[in-house]
Amino acid sequence: MIPSRRMEQGGAIDRAQRLRFTFDGEAYEGHAGDTVASALLANGVRIVGRSFKYHRPRGIYTAGPEEPSAILDLRLGNRHDPNARATLEPLADGMELRSIHANGTAENDRLGFLDRIARFIPAAFYYKTFMWPNWMAYEHRIRALAGLGRVDLSSRATSAAHRHVQADVCVVGAGPAGLAAALAASTRGKRVMLVEAQGELGGTVLYREAMIDGMPGADWARQAERVLRDRGVEILRRSTALALYDHNVLSIVQKDVAASANDERLWLVRAGRMVVATGAIERPLLFANNDRPGIMLADAALLYTRRYAVKVGNACVVATGNDSAYEVALALRQAGSDVHLIDSRPERDIDPSLAGSMRAAGIKLVPATLVEGAGGHRSVEAVALSNGQRIVSDVVVHSGGWTPSLHLYCHAKGKPSWDAVTGSYRPGSAVAGVDVVGAAAGLWDLDAMLRNATEIGGGKAGEAPSSGTGVRQWTAPTPLPAGKSGKRIWVDLQNDVTIADIKLAVRENFSAVEHLKRYTTIGMGTDQGKTSNVNALAVLAASSGREVAGLGTTTFRPPFVPVSMATIAGSERGELQVPIRRLPAENIHRQEGACFREYGGALRPAWYGADADAIARECIAARGNAVVFDASSLGKIEVIGPQAAALLDFVYYTPMASLAVGRARYGLTLGEAGIVADDGVVLRLAPNHFVVSCSSSHVAWMAAQHEAWRQDRFDLAQVFIHDATAHWATIAISGPASKRIVGELGLGVDLDDARFPHMSVATGRFAGRPARIARVSFTGERGYEIAVPATLGAPLWQKARAAGATPLGIEALGVLRAEKGYIYVGQDTDGETLPHDLGMGGPRAKRQDAYVGDRSLFTPAASKPNRKRLVGILVEGKAPIPVGAHGIELKDGRRRSLGYVTSSYWSAALGHPIALGLIEGGLERASAAIELEHLGQRFTGRLVPPCFLDPKGERLNG
Amino acid sequence: MQHFPCPWCGNRAEVEFRYAGDAGVQRPTRTADDAAWAQYVHFRRNAKGAAKELWVHSGGCGRWFALSRDTVTHTITGSEPVA
Repeated sequence: MIPSRRMEQGGAIDRAQRLRFTFDGEAYEGHAGDTVASALLANGVRIVGRSFKYHRPRGIYTAGPEEPSAILDLRLGNRHDPNARATLEPLADGMELRSIHANGTAENDRLGFLDRIARFIPAAFYYKTFMWPNWMAYEHRIRALAGLGRVDLSSRATSAAHRHVQADVCVVGAGPAGLAAALAASTRGKRVMLVEAQGELGGTVLYREAMIDGMPGADWARQAERVLRDRGVEILRRSTALALYDHNVLSIVQKDVAASANDERLWLVRAGRMVVATGAIERPLLFANNDRPGIMLADAALLYTRRYAVKVGNACVVATGNDSAYEVALALRQAGSDVHLIDSRPERDIDPSLAGSMRAAGIKLVPATLVEGAGGHRSVEAVALSNGQRIVSDVVVHSGGWTPSLHLYCHAKGKPSWDAVTGSYRPGSAVAGVDVVGAAAGLWDLDAMLRNATEIGGGKAGEAPSSGTGVRQWTAPTPLPAGKSGKRIWVDLQNDVTIADIKLAVRENFSAVEHLKRYTTIGMGTDQGKTSNVNALAVLAASSGREVAGLGTTTFRPPFVPVSMATIAGSERGELQVPIRRLPAENIHRQEGACFREYGGALRPAWYGADADAIARECIAARGNAVVFDASSLGKIEVIGPQAAALLDFVYYTPMASLAVGRARYGLTLGEAGIVADDGVVLRLAPNHFVVSCSSSHVAWMAAQHEAWRQDRFDLAQVFIHDATAHWATIAISGPASKRIVGELGLGVDLDDARFPHMSVATGRFAGRPARIARVSFTGERGYEIAVPATLGAPLWQKARAAGATPLGIEALGVLRAEKGYIYVGQDTDGETLPHDLGMGGPRAKRQDAYVGDRSLFTPAASKPNRKRLVGILVEGKAPIPVGAHGIELKDGRRRSLGYVTSSYWSAALGHPIALGLIEGGLERASAAIELEHLGQRFTGRLVPPCFLDPKGERLNG
Repeated sequence: MQHFPCPWCGNRAEVEFRYAGDAGVQRPTRTADDAAWAQYVHFRRNAKGAAKELWVHSGGCGRWFALSRDTVTHTITGSEPVA
């Protein structure tokens, strides 16, 4: 049994509440208020994972989002997070945790031997070595050695809720500066939000000694929170700002949201002003084996000691070059540890009172000395100092200085500037609407921070909370190791990058920061180099004889911490992401045994019945008797007004102004490049009222086209566009018996062929509501399309069925229209097809007025004789030729494509296969015989006019 | 997420709009030569910096308008109706 490192007293944990959890199969206990990391430390767990590349043992290194090592697989009830950061995750009863990158357990990793061959596999080793025959041959095996947690493919991620809000001021970070800014901003009747990553407001004052307005910092923070709440400030806890986007939109992931299926909520806050009070992240010191378990950042050790009552070690070494770690040394000493404080600064540069208080507490202060290396393999056992001294220790905590968290400022395109005095970047250029305060702004003195944040928040400096606590040198440049120890010094713990790797990159001339990053992978882990980037720059500058200021930084990219795709997607999944259009009478089709497929974003019956002959049976019914087809998804765009005819004349290639009232006309629309964009039927109901019945999948595009040209060229008061597609159900009845069946529907329209010929339109009544009836045909047979208000689609369908019509699905319709050579735009046309390629050259030859695409029909390319044109293709045998088969010719001994098959079916009516295609020269080719090829298969075919049945169109009146 | 001032609806989120190209393109007549027509159909300015763009408030009022926007900084300097 490992002795518990939990202290009897202190901390913000609830000792009465015991929480049981397991790590790598071992059972442990923690308390309410613990994080996973603090609970593991309290149980004396030292090794929590293995490193990414070399499988070195690693321990808990930080206490925040910057954690590079303590990433665990977490299961709790239905929740599974393959890459949970132990430092951010509140402990919960029943948690099952596993180390993620060990082959076995973190304690016993079968791949641990990799570290012993590490000197043979430095940075870029893989790129240089695994080149023959190619990287792909090795990738899967190497990937298996590296990587993080494994996604459980059986788990189904649940959605997070999203919330969009606006605020006048949004303060990110509720440390002393953020609280002061929020207090100042909220006095002026503004809508203020405050976003804090932790469960409690206060930031560093929750565990560092500070007196503000005469009270301990933690009390001041609690009082500030009460004031903010009374003023109606929206406070988000456990909420991490992920990114600051254009025009001041902040995305935030909030944890522990009970109302959300995955316990998370994504906020998108647009604020007039963003106040970035995100504090600073501690920088590590660089010494040999600085990655051993038991080595952690000083501030983290302070947090674990004071907030979680963990005694982090018995013999502690505190290594630093700045004042911030002195309080840490004191806290460790007060917790009963033996403490050595190793400061790289000479005694004369250290505040004498600070030094005095250390010595008075029994801390052994060693000035002007560096830690050169750590001893011990599975855990730190001792440190070697630059003065030759060796100190036995079980914990080393270190602080190389502090790096302001400028991520959000940089997302907003702020350009940070290098401050050589503190060895860190601070905000440089101003960004409109974004203010940076507190440690993030490079302010280290609490009083100065509070004054500045109050002013930025809109208050006067005199109103600022005040603190007597001053720190002389909070941060300083990270002292770099002097000599060559021959041992590895880790800069990036998550991606296993050492100083030697950076030097190797410089030697090989990858010395620009962006090159260095990609060559060594430094800063490319899921921690994005929060603890390593600035040290990497310092090492790069030193090894290439340059100044850090001139190196630049790599780009800060969102998100600040990893976030699950499920949270980003929110409810935009499946049909909520890509909504499917449905027919109003869908349930009737289900009762009819329809097999549904998606066509151009609409769910429609493909055929009816489960048998293999369904399509052929429907085709035979269409030619022999009558079929009923649900055409509700066809467009019904109303074009209304005195200029309606003129607008349609411009939008359509086929002239429409000449269409008589009560008549319908088939036509094509083009894009400005002359390419056929859609086909459909236009109905003229009244002199100023047209209905455009375009293809189902082009409705939105066609409505937008009409509207675009309306706004561009027409008097908006004289023509109006209204997409009424969803308001109507359209039931088409077609076949020799269709006239009798439509007559039985009792629509009150005279169907006599003389008064209601093919391509006529009239309005009758069905069930007391308007019913628009058009004599048009998709099949080549006599046909009627009846549009009724959407809810009447089902009764109209049932009445047509009762009168003897057979249901027709899309697949059979595809055959019927191909038998007639009726094209599907987008299937039988491609991105080069002009109207005259389809045999519809009439308007091109006759029209002199302007219409969309007009000039494009007269370019040299449009006039070439060997353009691909629509043809019919007949092949020998019973098998339809595959769609996509190319017509080929031999030219100079090489095969050349002449075009391809666009539609191909078995025709039940004709008893042989039929096909349509786009072939160079079309029917004007010298020979009707054509060779075709598809994936090595050869076919012989014959080009024929693209109409296989009833070329005179007599069946339209049959 | 940019915020665009629709001349009719005021400031609305970028997702409500659809980009419709470069503002100020004039449609030539049928008498245009091949080069002028090809320029109209296929070529657009792609300014780095200050630009005048057409946008449609497709998720709102449906109106087209011209937006003055810097394509590098995404600063908006104004919007005006085009129809």
